[in-house]
Amino acid sequence: MSALLLALLVVPLVGAAVCGAMASREHLDRAGKAVGLGFSVVSLVLVAIVWSQFRTGPGTPRFQFALSVEWIPAFGTRFSLGLDGIALTMIALLAVLVPIVLGFGWAEKLPPGRTGSGFTALMLATQGVLVGVFAATDVFLFYVLFEAMLVPMYFLIGSFGGPRRQYAAVKFFLYSFLGGLIMLASVIGLFVASDARLGQGTFDWAALQGMAAQLPLSTQIPLFLGFFVAFAIKAPLVPLHTWLPDAGAEAPVAGGVILVGLLDKVGVFGFLRYTLPLFPAASRELAPLVLVLAVIGVLYGALLAAAQTDMKRFVAYTSIAHFGYIALGIFAFTSQSIAGSSLYMINHGISTAMLFLAVGLLIRRGGTASMTEYGGVGRAAPLLAGMFLIAGLSTLSLPGTNSFVSEFLVLVGAFPTRPVFTVIATVGIVFAALYVLWVYQRVFTGPLRGAAVVGDGPGAASAATMAGTDDGGGDGSWARRTTARFGDLTRGEIAVMTPLVALILVLGFFPGPVLEVLEPAVAATMAEVGATDPVTTNPAINGVPR
Amino acid sequence: MTGPTFPAVDYGALAPVLIVLGAACLSVLLEALMPLRGRGRAQLGLTLVTLAAALVAVVARASSDAPAVSTLAGALAVDGPALFLWGTLLALAVPSVLLLADRSIEPGGPFVADPVALAEAEPAGQAGQAGRAGRAGTATARRTGGGSGGRSPRDRVEGHTEVFPLVLFALGGMLVLGAADDLLTMFVALEVLSLPLYLLCGLARRRRLASQESAVKYFLLGAFSSAFFLYGVALLYGYADSVNLTDISQAAAGSLRPDSLLFGGLALLVVGLMFKASVGPFHTWTPDVYQGAPTSVTAFMAACTKVAAFGAILRVFSVGFGSTVWEWRGVLWVVAVVSMVVGAVLGLTQTDVKRMIAYSSVAHAGFLLLGAMAITPQGLSATLFYLLAYGFTTVALFGLVTLVRGPDGEATHLSAWAGLAKRSPVVAGSVTFLMLALAGIPLTSGFTGKFAVFSAALADGMTPLVIVALVVSAVAAFFYLRVIVLMYFSEPAADGPTVSVPGPFTTVAITLGVVVTLLLGVVPTVVLGWADGLSFLG
Repeated sequence: MSALLLALLVVPLVGAAVCGAMASREHLDRAGKAVGLGFSVVSLVLVAIVWSQFRTGPGTPRFQFALSVEWIPAFGTRFSLGLDGIALTMIALLAVLVPIVLGFGWAEKLPPGRTGSGFTALMLATQGVLVGVFAATDVFLFYVLFEAMLVPMYFLIGSFGGPRRQYAAVKFFLYSFLGGLIMLASVIGLFVASDARLGQGTFDWAALQGMAAQLPLSTQIPLFLGFFVAFAIKAPLVPLHTWLPDAGAEAPVAGGVILVGLLDKVGVFGFLRYTLPLFPAASRELAPLVLVLAVIGVLYGALLAAAQTDMKRFVAYTSIAHFGYIALGIFAFTSQSIAGSSLYMINHGISTAMLFLAVGLLIRRGGTASMTEYGGVGRAAPLLAGMFLIAGLSTLSLPGTNSFVSEFLVLVGAFPTRPVFTVIATVGIVFAALYVLWVYQRVFTGPLRGAAVVGDGPGAASAATMAGTDDGGGDGSWARRTTARFGDLTRGEIAVMTPLVALILVLGFFPGPVLEVLEPAVAATMAEVGATDPVTTNPAINGVPR
Repeated sequence: MTGPTFPAVDYGALAPVLIVLGAACLSVLLEALMPLRGRGRAQLGLTLVTLAAALVAVVARASSDAPAVSTLAGALAVDGPALFLWGTLLALAVPSVLLLADRSIEPGGPFVADPVALAEAEPAGQAGQAGRAGRAGTATARRTGGGSGGRSPRDRVEGHTEVFPLVLFALGGMLVLGAADDLLTMFVALEVLSLPLYLLCGLARRRRLASQESAVKYFLLGAFSSAFFLYGVALLYGYADSVNLTDISQAAAGSLRPDSLLFGGLALLVVGLMFKASVGPFHTWTPDVYQGAPTSVTAFMAACTKVAAFGAILRVFSVGFGSTVWEWRGVLWVVAVVSMVVGAVLGLTQTDVKRMIAYSSVAHAGFLLLGAMAITPQGLSATLFYLLAYGFTTVALFGLVTLVRGPDGEATHLSAWAGLAKRSPVVAGSVTFLMLALAGIPLTSGFTGKFAVFSAALADGMTPLVIVALVVSAVAAFFYLRVIVLMYFSEPAADGPTVSVPGPFTTVAITLGVVVTLLLGVVPTVVLGWADGLSFLG
């Protein structure tokens, strides 16, 4: 059993090593990419096996597939892994997205001197470390991997990113590293406290959970804040979010998917796994503060998203708004809202991935991320427009798409305990419709227009080099050149996007199986934070469809 | 009247020190008597055998149940921490000596003491300047060079082997400093380790002006710091009627003597030691000397001197002043903060790799001081571990610096490193890994060490300092990252430097440093286990 979990961690890392060894040889590029894709598919199969063996329902242990071996006895730390429902769903999402982005990246033009197998290696390294982050049940191990995951992502942004990639990569690294160091202070604080209280320092999650929950509030609050700042930077919550738009805009599209879709989820995952269970009293005490930040994030992220003209930045800002909802659900402390947030983490990953990839497909054709250079793309590429629309509708939580279920659960769950915050956050739904549909309208509807679409503009030259399909001459009619550049999705691109469409629709109508997996973890988190569901008199609220 | 009594000598306990100092004398004889041809190889062989033998002696003693002893009338204490420090120093000396011995990167090696030989070996323009600067070369060396006038240039450039006895003497001083239990022995050890280092700094073949400037600077400032140290010893002798650390501790516990002597003495003493350990604000020599000295000498200094000086600091704090810790620690908080902040902030502005590493070492000295101030078993073991980890990382990093070369020697300006990853991915990858270790990224020894030191400091109630240290770590990460950005994400300069293929010696030294940095990050158990539970005698 536990060997399976270890394999989930090791397989991508081995893949990364193999691809990394092939990265410096240009002629092995295709082979490297194929090997990497193979490893990611193996991971996906492994996750499917783990999922099928994962037991749900009441009475299951807190962590399944548990594994623990001695690591550094002097620090009281062990190499301990284990899965609860939330971790499993995040790892499953990761395993689904990595083959998709590798498939997407297959045809992507890379900066000069970079190879596709190098890219694949960094991607798989990120995947391996992230699996460890989600599966760690030892706080020290979690911290180690939490910091280690910065390194491959730093190189992904810095080596394969856009024109301002150096700035974005360093900003990403420093923000996260500073947050991590602040968390380190709290991690050490926990260790010292456990040394004093248990007679022996330990980093075991379960032991610390039992110990730290007994700490007085005055000790819990600084320790809570250390973890909270790190996770709030990661998540990111306003006002610690400024690195995300830069990193998201400069990262290569495939890297951006993993960055926004999963790496950032470590922040909210950390709220659920670490801040709430380890510091219940402080979490309850400081919840209003977090909720204020969350609601500001919902509105501020939405407004800034609406104001963007760069499509990748646009996606990054929509994510900031969504993370506000997730944080709202988590810190409202009801079963429904926490379950909603956990589900939201998956759904946001799927819809953002699809939105990012749709933007990437557009950039592949037009050569720029600037919205003002596009217009009426729907005429030239109706399938692409359709994909963008599906992703956009999922982002604005249209009923029938996956995000609706989770957003509804969050709002319904949070209302009984935090009515004011919930009502304000609901306004964000309207904003979401505004920013998504407005972008769609500007870029995809109406007559063909814009420099990147009809040539001659600043985007045209780079488009020719990026897409490689333009003849580049000035003699043909603009219509012919436009169709040449704006061919609709190729078969390969459709194959990459289809699984995401399927997930959006399936999870929109049948979220049950996923919620079932999440349920025990949510119940355990509720018990650990010491919250109980409010008894409401309104049967309509109690009767939320599950 | 009885004759003078001689103190008992425990030769078994002192074996490592005696081996190194004995070999140093032998090395001097070799230098004087052996013909030039093959002398370098013989000296290197002797040095490496010495280091191996001394290491074996240390490990044998540490793994046996031999009790901690105080020998030579209490001058030296061979206890757990001393053995750990000896092991660390000898282990670090191996890659340092290999770097010093390398002749493949620069034909004839990076050292020359003799302007005549230089003038013949170098192209005209270079030699003219170097020759003028080199007039200060020692007379002995000039004779050596003059004597070799009729031989082939290869013989001539192989002739400069003075570095080996000098390194062995310096190492002997460091070993004594790590175990010195009274202040006078400590002073003698400090001088024994310093004098050869002053000489070594001035031996660079290239950029001789900078090299000799660094030697003079180091010597002058070092002489001042020795004076501080000695004055501190005098004050403490006045206070306790003894220079023995244990006696001072006993005198300080519950006496009515004037405290001004005690704390004035401690302050001056610590200034002397912190100068050697390049703790800010006593660090001002560090960047110039690190930059000017031949890089392999810098590697030796950066790693080993720091270990020895911090070993002495640990012993002074723990044995001599443990009972009065609450009265003096406040001052050291300021020193630690200054060291960390100065190192990190000034490091940001550097454009030369060697100066940057120098400022980084000042910041690291601040972190080390955190561990040294926590006079607890955890603080001791954390500091010892940190010293070992930091030493190997630094030696390997300086080894890599020697490989990146422009038309006139090493290209240490940061702009020359742009796009290095494209030309030589292995060198760039190693530098990246070591930089991440200095920044304290997990799965490197740098993180393990920082974690150990910070948790010891936090457990001893230094929470504000730990928070400052963490913020400083983030600031310092910026300049390590800048190098990585340059190497990976920038386009190479048109007339950029070449990267030499390292010879076997340098390769071994760098590999050793990188592997140890990785192992201590992933499986530090063995070393942490050894460092854990050590305690000072007395």
